Amino acid sequence: MTFLSYLISGISLGSIYAIIALGYTMVYGIAKMLNFAHGDVIMVGGYMSFIAMINFGWPPLLSVLFAILVCTVLGILIEQLAYKPLRSAPPLAVLITAIGVSYFLQNAALLIFSANPKSYSSIIPFDSLRLFNGQLIISGTTIVTIIACIVIIWTLNTIVNKTKIGKAMRAVSEDKEAAQLMGISVNKTISVTFAIGSALAAVAGVLLCSAYPILMPTTGAMPGIKAFTAAVFGGIGSIPGAFLGGILLGIIEILGKAYVSTQLSDAIVFAVLIIILLVKPTGLLGKKTLVKV
Amino acid sequence: MRKHMKPRFYLTLVVALVLCLAMLAGCGDKGAKKTDSTESAAPAEKETEKADDKQAEKSDDAAPIKLGGIGPISGPAAVYGIAVKNGASIAVDEINALGGMQFELKFEDDEHDAEKSVNAYNSLKDWGMQILVGTVTTGPCLDVAAESYNDRIFTLTPSASSPEVIKGKDNVYQMCFSDLNQGIASAQYIEEKKLATKVAIIYNNADAYSTGIYEKFISEAEVRDLEVVSTTTFTDDTANDFSVQLTEAQNAGADLVFLPIYYQPSSLILAQAKEMGYEPTFFGVDGMDGILTLENFDTKLAEGVMLLTPFVADATDDLTVAFVEKYDELYGEVPNQFAADGYDSVYAIYEALKDSDVTAETSASDLCDLLIGIFSGDDFEFNGLTGDNMTWSETGEVAKSPKGMIIENGVYVGMD
Repeated sequence: MTFLSYLISGISLGSIYAIIALGYTMVYGIAKMLNFAHGDVIMVGGYMSFIAMINFGWPPLLSVLFAILVCTVLGILIEQLAYKPLRSAPPLAVLITAIGVSYFLQNAALLIFSANPKSYSSIIPFDSLRLFNGQLIISGTTIVTIIACIVIIWTLNTIVNKTKIGKAMRAVSEDKEAAQLMGISVNKTISVTFAIGSALAAVAGVLLCSAYPILMPTTGAMPGIKAFTAAVFGGIGSIPGAFLGGILLGIIEILGKAYVSTQLSDAIVFAVLIIILLVKPTGLLGKKTLVKV
Repeated sequence: MRKHMKPRFYLTLVVALVLCLAMLAGCGDKGAKKTDSTESAAPAEKETEKADDKQAEKSDDAAPIKLGGIGPISGPAAVYGIAVKNGASIAVDEINALGGMQFELKFEDDEHDAEKSVNAYNSLKDWGMQILVGTVTTGPCLDVAAESYNDRIFTLTPSASSPEVIKGKDNVYQMCFSDLNQGIASAQYIEEKKLATKVAIIYNNADAYSTGIYEKFISEAEVRDLEVVSTTTFTDDTANDFSVQLTEAQNAGADLVFLPIYYQPSSLILAQAKEMGYEPTFFGVDGMDGILTLENFDTKLAEGVMLLTPFVADATDDLTVAFVEKYDELYGEVPNQFAADGYDSVYAIYEALKDSDVTAETSASDLCDLLIGIFSGDDFEFNGLTGDNMTWSETGEVAKSPKGMIIENGVYVGMD
């Protein structure tokens, strides 16, 4: 029973990683860049929903929508101002810019919200679920997080595979120049990708803060890095890969803590990552691409 | 052609920017060092002269002795720095109102960052600081104390509790318990008051403060036959999910969970324990202080949390009552123990100096030697908010007895 409860904690943590990892993986898959500011957009999402709920007194659902709206606009803005001018710059310049944006967001939050931590009130009104005479307790947050993760993955997969904009995304991802020649607006497609990624970051921010209710300007940093790891683990650029990578990372982290050592949980996570990458350099579900010389 | 130029142009731009920044950083460093070694005396003298002129015109009061303070006024540890600053300011105002010896306090922000703390220290030195009341947190204090040892400036830290802070430095004294004492006193208190039969510990093994208390606690628990059934850790990077640590404690049947950690992770532990339906007694140390001022925190979660601290705001002695009243009037809050530490630090310096003939012109190093002599002397005893008959050993460690507190209905209540 204890094992089951650890497993559920792991899936819950993993679901949050998976939602964040989706943002990394989509942007990487389509724009071929690592958006290191993604973790900080999560933090912005957390703060926006906090302000809407506590300072404006809005209902939770409306607060989440507000956070999604602000983050979507922020995502598009970041893309337009910081990344678009560098579209043909070498990847290293874009990477450095992304790190710069990340620091900018963190410090802006420090200035606006001050560094005093805030205690987040969970947006999830359900009580914990008690099973097997109270031996297994699943919190409402866990249930909502896991369901949200599944719904998001399904929706994204449908968008990418069944819609017109999804087709454009796949085309841009495959070959930017050819897509442009075919009449696809590459800039618009990349903007849409950023909008979706940032909206997901807002949802992830709300879920992260509901599960672990403390909000600071650095809240998004570490989960961001872990989720990036998850995306690489699952095969960066692949949506099912991000899901699988996130869930596995969460489970390994919690089970490692429980059965090996609480001190070494991160070491175990990264050791598994190294082993996977040695065996399968493109990640679990990553596609091997042949580079023609 | 243009297309080929573009990437290179941006790369050049980035490199140029990085270089510019590096140069700026270099300049700042050099500048700081320069004032550090050669020019610090000049502005200080000027300031004193100016102050002298003013004093001469105005009254026959002595020019104020310059106290420097350093601590986090912003940043994750801001709760501590602000409290110390407020407490120390109250003490300075009270002392100045008495007439006689006058103090002037200048408090600088270090955001709980060692580098910024040293910068703050240097700017205070330029200002003419004669005695340092700081720094508030352990990490930055280690670096600043090394500097003040070299510069021979007497340093009394209100709350940096690591034994490393005072180790090997004859000019650094502590107002708070050292981590060693906190660990020992906690085990002692739990055993003597029979608060628990089985104890679980969750500590941050990436943090010197937390690990230091844990080590002393565990060895004292062994001596006292206190049964520790579960010991688990976390680091700053894994400080979000505590389900494993709490489940282990619960399965081991622990009825008390000892938390030698700061209040931010503590607030997560309390919330997650409640979701799990696990209700042991939570027992914290001075890092737990501050949990009630966390914005939007549901204080019901902290109901029944115990902590060991040298200061109880609801104590009924005159000194505490007056201090709590004044603090509430000025800052609208109930003071925590850090505020009391700040208040006591200023008063301890005042008590030590009030019968001497030091003035604003006494050099920092003369003051340092004088204060070392007084603090480590046998006949110096100090009664303050955080304890009666406090004495200091030559190493700089304070001897006083802690008080147990419990949180009831969202406020601290003394347990004794």
